[in-house]
Amino acid sequence: MKKLLLALLLTFAGTAAAIDKAAVEKLATGDADQRSAAISALVAEADPRAVEVLGALAEGEMQTVAGKDGAQRVLIVKGEEAVDAVTGEKITPLPEEREDLIANNRLRGQVEGALAALKLLSPDRAARLKAVKQLAAGADEALLPLVQKALARETDAGIKPALELIAASLEMKSGSKEARIAAIQRLATSSSPNSRTLLAAAASDPDADIKYEAQKALREVQGRLAWGERAGLLFAGVSLGSILLLAALGLAITYGLMGVINMAHGELIMIGAYTTYAVQVAFRGSAWFDWYLLLAVPSSFAVSAAVGMALERSVVRWLYGRPLETLLATWGISLILIQSVRTLYGAQNVQVENPAFMSGGIEAFAGVVLPWSRISIIAFAALVLLGMWLLLTRTRLGLYVRGVTQNREMAACVGVPTGRVDAWAFGLGSGLAGLAGCALSQIGNVGPDLGQGYIVDSFMVVVFGGVGQLAGTVYAALVLGFANKLLESWSGAVIAKIVVLVFIIIFIQRRPQGMFALRGRSVEA
Amino acid sequence: MGTFSRLYGATGWLALGIAALVIFVLFPVLSLAVPPDSAFHVSSYWVTLLGKIMCYAIVALAMDLIWGYCGILSLGQGLFFALGGYAMGMYLMRQIGGEGQYQSDLPDFMVFLDWKELPWTWWMSDQFWWAMILVVAAPGLLAFVFGYFAFRSRVKGVYFSIITQALTFAAMLLFFRNATGFGGNNGFTDFKRILGFTIATPETRMALFAITGAALIGTLLLGRWIVTSKFGRVLAAIRDAESRVASCGYDTVHYKLAAFTLSAVLCGIAGALYVPQVGIINPGEMSPANSIEIAIWVAVGGRGTLVGAIAGAGIVNGAKSFFTQAFPEFWLYFLGLLFILVTLFLPQGVVGLARKLRRRWSGGAA
Repeated sequence: MKKLLLALLLTFAGTAAAIDKAAVEKLATGDADQRSAAISALVAEADPRAVEVLGALAEGEMQTVAGKDGAQRVLIVKGEEAVDAVTGEKITPLPEEREDLIANNRLRGQVEGALAALKLLSPDRAARLKAVKQLAAGADEALLPLVQKALARETDAGIKPALELIAASLEMKSGSKEARIAAIQRLATSSSPNSRTLLAAAASDPDADIKYEAQKALREVQGRLAWGERAGLLFAGVSLGSILLLAALGLAITYGLMGVINMAHGELIMIGAYTTYAVQVAFRGSAWFDWYLLLAVPSSFAVSAAVGMALERSVVRWLYGRPLETLLATWGISLILIQSVRTLYGAQNVQVENPAFMSGGIEAFAGVVLPWSRISIIAFAALVLLGMWLLLTRTRLGLYVRGVTQNREMAACVGVPTGRVDAWAFGLGSGLAGLAGCALSQIGNVGPDLGQGYIVDSFMVVVFGGVGQLAGTVYAALVLGFANKLLESWSGAVIAKIVVLVFIIIFIQRRPQGMFALRGRSVEA
Repeated sequence: MGTFSRLYGATGWLALGIAALVIFVLFPVLSLAVPPDSAFHVSSYWVTLLGKIMCYAIVALAMDLIWGYCGILSLGQGLFFALGGYAMGMYLMRQIGGEGQYQSDLPDFMVFLDWKELPWTWWMSDQFWWAMILVVAAPGLLAFVFGYFAFRSRVKGVYFSIITQALTFAAMLLFFRNATGFGGNNGFTDFKRILGFTIATPETRMALFAITGAALIGTLLLGRWIVTSKFGRVLAAIRDAESRVASCGYDTVHYKLAAFTLSAVLCGIAGALYVPQVGIINPGEMSPANSIEIAIWVAVGGRGTLVGAIAGAGIVNGAKSFFTQAFPEFWLYFLGLLFILVTLFLPQGVVGLARKLRRRWSGGAA
């Protein structure tokens, strides 16, 4: 089959001028293999019309109609306009009895690959770069002639090496022994996981020369990839750590400093996420959509803080000094909040879209892409932390909060309005939870149960770090983030989480005051 | 006999006797002997619902012993309950035998996962006596080991609540995995027989109902015996002033550990009675929310009163089955409000309220 394809390709490569009528008809009416061969044929023509025809097939815009002479005529129908797929002439009026052409998944994949390959010849650099990226993830070997053609033309230093690798990986699959060995040597300089997979397959080749070369190349590639993977793990650890930190920072104030067991903390996070959603809906369709976070961040803080302060004044303040009762009452609040959000927005998850600057990522290391959304959240967590630190250490409110939490009676004696400070501090903690919700809405699902997933984690971070120790919370979040990701790479996500939880449970029994104390950290290490 | 009869006064024993009559005579007669079209017939829906609530009442009693009398708010009761349920569920799964969908000796979910033999955790699971041992031993041992370390390192108050919650959460994640070998997400269901009796017949259901009733009365008497004994007084003293009790020479760790373990075992027994009646057990039973809900049963009824725990379990779960049928969207509002209002305004629960009202009423009459 593959040989046949190649033969077909070579035949058609010569006749480039007009689009091949037979290929288009095969594409429309042939059986699966014929259609697949027809795609290859069209690719080899590298004609702009071929792009149009294949694009139409991928978009489901291709239809057939029985011609006057009984032969099938292939049309590209866009809305109310139709053109003949072979000649490109307009057809008016639109014929009545048309039939849709359906492409199955295999065919669709092939068409997409083919379209990408055709873009390799595009004069637009960005289009070529995109095509290279797409093909690097896996290309059909029938595309080899086209890739080689593109390689001969390519002059851009940013694209050519990647293109060479694609060509090499295609030659690895087919081609003569010499060509394969040359390809292996070229792949040895690459550092993409795809070349590793290819080389690993070649490393058990029956041919001894190829086997030797492939094994050598594989070691080189693996060495490079290992560093990338370690860096990726580090990043994943920091990323999870920053999420845990955001989720736990608010609790570090309400529980850590004020001693309120706030089981509704998760729901305050959820409210922040829904506020972000509401702001996003308001911006949808406007030219300012990419900037909606500028409004969403303060709004989510404000809404969660307002809800938090209302809770403090209405329920929590009657229960100071009775932590177990606080636990039950705030749990009740969390149930009411969950149900209210369900009533308002429905039980289904809502869709929060990222602004454009958060999509995509940078490839910092070979094969390791750091998504912008994660990077933004790490930066955001750092900013929030900085802001909170400034607020607590550099402002009057921060001074009052610290004073009241350290010695309530003494603070009251020197004229600090302790009741109001309680409300403000609780509002601050709740607002931080809202910020966490705003951040979480960018990377995960937003639903009424969002908060439930974070409540145990947040408490673990605060308890592990040491209640009343803000710095401990930061360390704990990072340590738990790393530990989780490290274990995850060995044992899978669920076991990793269980192990971390059991570890914290044992740790708390050994050291109820938490981690943050010098000796505690050496135990950690 | 003397120590036994002193547990309750004459009215107490009379009430208990009436309750026993209702459970062991009235219900079986109304459910089995009265024809289904009669107005007095008790349908199997009610038998199952009340049986379920009696299981919850046992859990509430266990929670009351540890929280109401000893001041330890354990959020692991749901886990112990589920462990007992799973131990029973394993036996019931084996009783299905070859009648499952895949007609294999292995439970269906194992066939589905393409397992060839039972994992070690299922050792002897086809023996009823071993299931009974597991029902008691699994939650009991876990509570004993966990409690030993926790109480020894003086983890108390909210800390204890939070780490028991983390334990429950971790266990839930563990049981959600298919590879753990307890049916993953779906847990155990589709039971056919228990001890050779078909589980779905009204007679078997009534027998399970009566056994649950007996267990509830037994738990109540056991609880009453404990709280009126010296042991119970020390527990209450630990609740009120632990360091003073310790200074008097009592090793509080032993007392707390004994109460915690007993409470876990009682929950396990309740779970084992619950599963054959309800017909399903899955990791959802271990969700942290369930354990907190147990606390509100006790709080509603009245902490530190055994009757209150039973009443609370009945009130909350009765309301739950009413709301989830009539107004499902209002159930969480109701439950949430219950949590808030009871903690703010009814620290003694309905029993405390009743006492206060009676005192005011008799005071007014005098």
